[in-house]
Amino acid sequence: MHNQLAKPTLNFSRIAIYATLLLACAVYLIPLIVMLLTSFKSPEDIRTGNLLSWPQVITGIGWIKAWDTVGGFFWNSVKITLPAVFISTLLGALNGYVLTMWRFRGSQLFFGLLLFGCFLPFQTVLLPASFTLGKLGLASTTTGLVIVHIVYGLAFTTLFFRNYFMSVPDALVRAARLDGAGFFTIFTRILLPMSVPIIMVCLIWQFTQIWNDFLFGVVFASGDAQPITVALNNLVNTSTGVKEYNVDMAAAMIAGLPTLLVYVLAGKYFLRGLTAGAVKG
Amino acid sequence: MSTMTALGRVSPTEKLQRWLPKLVLAPSMLIVLVGFYGYILWTFLLSFTNSSFMPSYKWVGLAQYARLMENDRWWVASKNLAVFGGLFIAISLVIGVVLAVLLDQRIRREGFIRTVYLYPMALSMIVTGTAWKWLLNPGLGLDKMLRDWGWEGFRLDWLVDPDRVVYCLVIAAVWQSSGFVMALFLSGLRGVDQSIIRAAQVDGASLPTIYLRIVLPSLRPVFFSALMILAHIAIKSFDLVAAMTAGGPGYASDLPAMFMYSFTFSRGQMGMGSASAMLMLGAILSILVPYLYSELRGKRHA
Repeated sequence: MHNQLAKPTLNFSRIAIYATLLLACAVYLIPLIVMLLTSFKSPEDIRTGNLLSWPQVITGIGWIKAWDTVGGFFWNSVKITLPAVFISTLLGALNGYVLTMWRFRGSQLFFGLLLFGCFLPFQTVLLPASFTLGKLGLASTTTGLVIVHIVYGLAFTTLFFRNYFMSVPDALVRAARLDGAGFFTIFTRILLPMSVPIIMVCLIWQFTQIWNDFLFGVVFASGDAQPITVALNNLVNTSTGVKEYNVDMAAAMIAGLPTLLVYVLAGKYFLRGLTAGAVKG
Repeated sequence: MSTMTALGRVSPTEKLQRWLPKLVLAPSMLIVLVGFYGYILWTFLLSFTNSSFMPSYKWVGLAQYARLMENDRWWVASKNLAVFGGLFIAISLVIGVVLAVLLDQRIRREGFIRTVYLYPMALSMIVTGTAWKWLLNPGLGLDKMLRDWGWEGFRLDWLVDPDRVVYCLVIAAVWQSSGFVMALFLSGLRGVDQSIIRAAQVDGASLPTIYLRIVLPSLRPVFFSALMILAHIAIKSFDLVAAMTAGGPGYASDLPAMFMYSFTFSRGQMGMGSASAMLMLGAILSILVPYLYSELRGKRHA
């Protein structure tokens, strides 16, 4: 709601509004600035200066040490995230397609049952899931985590596509069917080409969710297979030795950069995912 | 198609076409039935057994729930959830609404400001927790900075204070999620019918009055959605605790999700861990069911 009657003159209330908004900007930005500054400081600097003091010497040693400790786990996260994102998005698209264009008895019931997955507290499935992964020989593997993320990402990916396809006119698909186009032809030739926005939303949503996951990572993958979030947590919360805050902050930046980058590049889709996925059932 | 069936001449490819949708949906149906509901039932079952380090299926009735009710740490975790959840939701809502209303006043560089408010939402709670653990570090964090800046008597040691450590979780969680609330309300504000506001202005109502009396009440659905999402985030909060406090000092900042994890996976108390998971499910359902009920009823009336 833009207010078009009140003329934006430079009066006291306008100044107060801008001041509040800028102050809030500072509050949101300070943790990021502190992380960056600290990551480039020497341990000496960290002891003598304070959070926002400029480093006496800018050093990359924190980043180098951080990459040495969490770098391998960064690649684990890549190996987990990429396949899980693509497969869960594809499944979500197919599900959404069937649930809107090829409904059958019980498909609505299935959708209802699936939707609950958006709210499922994962604590209620952790134990059985870990027994199952163990039986399959996938305990503590990145493959196991890929499967878990596909399974528990399905509710959201299906929801995205189902809601998007709801607005596609039936007539389009019916006409194609009369012309003899089959199930997959209609999907790949008609629906997918018009779904680029929702595909983006879904990919970004899943990427953020899976990259940022900690619970599944810490429960299902120990040791070599753990994702970066688990490695970061282990690094930060080890009580042995001298705390190297510059290394901690550099590692946190490394863990945060991929999703931050995606957010900066495709913020529009990120926001749409948040509001579409989170709000409407 | 029905005529073809009547004539009894269905070619194999047509048959396949008819079954394809079901076939495509089948893996997901299996996933939902087994991975969602089957597993919940399995956990439910485990909560009635004496499972410890390994699952066992010796029935003990409600004994695990009874033990949970007698467990001091569970009560600390539940009480913390009430404090954390209540403050986190209330503060995020207030900040979110205020920022959304202010941003709706034809602000220059609105897009940039919005981006700044929302970026924490893209970060992992582990990253957020790590950052705030450092900011709230007693001795080196904000504590020292404000003293360096001349506020001699400033002390901020909440992170190691059992009575205040929960507030640290609140601060970090609000920092992460309030921008999201702002975004929800801003998109709601953009959907408000302008003519109503104009009419109110013509009637001589002031801008704050219009917002408080007309605009915000009309955003009730947004308010309930935000409430729902925030409550859900609070109940599931695990990563933030793990990264910031690991439940400490002692178990002063434990939350149910953390309790469930440590009893189930570190302390070999699968039975009690499962019982705690079921209570978490109960908590989610107790906010989800009324929400869905009102949503559906609203749709029927509309």
